[in-house]
Amino acid sequence: MPNMTMIEAVRDAHDVMMERDGDIVVYGQDVGYFGGVFRCTAGLQEKYGSNRCFDAPISELGIVGSAIGMATYGLKPCIEIQFADYMYPAYDQIVSEAARMRYRSGGEFTCPMVIRMPTGGGIYGAQTHSQSPEALFTHVAGLKTVMPSNPADAKGLLTAAMEDPDPVIFLEPKRLYNGPFDGHHDKPIVPWKKHALGEVPEGYHKVDFGKAAVRREGSAATILAYGTMVHVALEAVQSSGIDAEVIDLRSLLPLDKDAIVRSVSKTGRCVIVHEATLTNGFGAELASIVQKECFYQLEAPIQRVAGWDTPYPHASEWDYFPGPDRVVTALNTVMEA
Amino acid sequence: MADTPSLNLHVPEPEVRPGDTPDFSSFEIPRAGEVRCPEIDADPEDIRDLAFSIIRVLNKQGKAVGPWADMLSDDDLRAGLSHMMTLRTFDARMMVAQRQGKTSFYMQHLGEEAVSCAFRKALEPGDMNFPTYRQAGLLIANDFPLTQMMNQIYSNDGDSARGRQLPVFYSSKEHGFFSISGNLATQYIQAVGWSMASAIKGDTKIAAAWIGDGSTAESDFHASLVFASTYKAPVVLNVVNNQWAISTFQGIAKGGSGTFAARGLGFGIPALRVDGNDYLAVYAAAKWAADRARANLGPTIIEYVTYRAAGHSTSDDPSAYRPKDEKDAWPLGDPVDRLKAHLIGKGAWSEERHTQAEAEILVMVEEAQKESEAIGTLLTGTLPSPSDMFRDVFAEMPPHLVEQRQEAGV
Repeated sequence: MPNMTMIEAVRDAHDVMMERDGDIVVYGQDVGYFGGVFRCTAGLQEKYGSNRCFDAPISELGIVGSAIGMATYGLKPCIEIQFADYMYPAYDQIVSEAARMRYRSGGEFTCPMVIRMPTGGGIYGAQTHSQSPEALFTHVAGLKTVMPSNPADAKGLLTAAMEDPDPVIFLEPKRLYNGPFDGHHDKPIVPWKKHALGEVPEGYHKVDFGKAAVRREGSAATILAYGTMVHVALEAVQSSGIDAEVIDLRSLLPLDKDAIVRSVSKTGRCVIVHEATLTNGFGAELASIVQKECFYQLEAPIQRVAGWDTPYPHASEWDYFPGPDRVVTALNTVMEA
Repeated sequence: MADTPSLNLHVPEPEVRPGDTPDFSSFEIPRAGEVRCPEIDADPEDIRDLAFSIIRVLNKQGKAVGPWADMLSDDDLRAGLSHMMTLRTFDARMMVAQRQGKTSFYMQHLGEEAVSCAFRKALEPGDMNFPTYRQAGLLIANDFPLTQMMNQIYSNDGDSARGRQLPVFYSSKEHGFFSISGNLATQYIQAVGWSMASAIKGDTKIAAAWIGDGSTAESDFHASLVFASTYKAPVVLNVVNNQWAISTFQGIAKGGSGTFAARGLGFGIPALRVDGNDYLAVYAAAKWAADRARANLGPTIIEYVTYRAAGHSTSDDPSAYRPKDEKDAWPLGDPVDRLKAHLIGKGAWSEERHTQAEAEILVMVEEAQKESEAIGTLLTGTLPSPSDMFRDVFAEMPPHLVEQRQEAGV
């Protein structure tokens, strides 16, 4: 298997799927000739022509709204919002239109479309290039929301997204584009080329939604994480020496509830980690599931590690980012209880 | 600095309010037949004047005059009259049904019937409208069964969307009528995208976007014009200017731009402004724009100048914000009366035939109503199963929804 960065894996998924399905069209700001500011669509216009991969005006609502029209026509748009932080002008189109089209028309009109968004912080992007808005999507009936933590899953989940009959929000943790960032911003990153999870199957590769992955087996505690936080969690386990199991959720909706319940029932302790702000974050939903399903197996109160309830700061980025030290503290707390 | 005057905010006001005498004297109306009819491949730059005039075909005497006339046969016109009369009768029956508690809500078309009924005639099978809530003439003029419309209004078991939508939010792919959204303007850009898809696929279908004067203020409208202009999308961009956005007069959305049609000019989109109460003029303008789109020449924006003669909806009382008799003073008349007079003037219709047609249409609408009410109304009869609430959220019901459906016991 070839090793790829997450950028190359995303591009490869586009290439394989556009080759297989002539109805897939790809567009967004800077996506066409230039191939995207992160290069995730590089070469696609040259290979598939400007009818299938093109630049769009700077109008997120226009990009999403036009894609809804295309999807209801019978195409499968896979569009890019340049940063998840830019999504808000399109939120009405996503929530009131794409998510509800099948429902409100009794299945007559549907929206098979993928909205890709580079997400998360750790790049000194401050409040407009760092947000993690996943809970704004998981709260909406009719949307599927996924977030890969590595190149192989990025390709596999994007393939599944392009085959899905319903709208999919595809969140790409941009801090992971070039390597498995573990929160140690002061140390050089290990490139994906030298990492096992950088191995990406060639050709068609699909990872089904609703299936979590166990990134590290353990018996002392369970860490539920996704995206960048999977690697932060693994680093915290390493440095703390606590034998915790690390579950990479991959798909937030649909959610692999069984994998969560199985693991926490086994370990009796649970730490939930996400980069998004704490209050009403997706972790609250996870905590609710764990307390309901695993109440009698829990040995300690559930701990949540998340971004502070502030806008994402520039200068204080590393005081904001929920790094491995905070995860270690949470692990120690559940172990001591 | 001492001489600098204080700033003050300009909030536009309509010329008259309740208690005042209706006054449309400042409303400029060109004579019928006066506006030229350019070729469909005209350069938008050369026809900018059309955004500021009004294309009119029927004159005061009911004669069809000028270069936009003579596009429809007498049979076409009689059918058009029948469609408008059917829509008006349908509306009247449903207004009563709402008052009787058979449904929660209704929106009628009074005074605006020509816009949707005549527009439909300019489209081909396979084309798609992205309508607002006041274009049911697109369905009626395309032979959509009245019973099905009523099933939707009553949210009964015959509704194909399973009673999920507010009354009048119809959907019929087969009849070129996109599922209606209540979030205004959202579908304008979808129409542009739909038509772009037709162009991407190399098909021949075109789309029609619909919006009201008030909703042109939404960002969606401006994004639509950018996309339509950039990609030369095969779409007709319709703006129905019925003067009122609930209680807000058109000046609030229009600002200082002169006309809504003129919004297209900055985007290089040809703009037509049309007498929306003139069936022949609406058809002629729609056909011009549809032909242009189908010839791969790109979008056209059309402003239909009309008047909402009734309330916004069953929840609205217009006497609270405009003179009660303003509708009678509206200078462009009534679309049904005008087409009727035209046909009678040509010897192609008569008062007797009209009276007879009214009676026949009433029977047809009543029969459809009986059929629909035999299935159910919002509060009686057979309604969709509550389990339908959980279907169609996704193509396949995910485990968490299966769980919730079981918990709901449906």
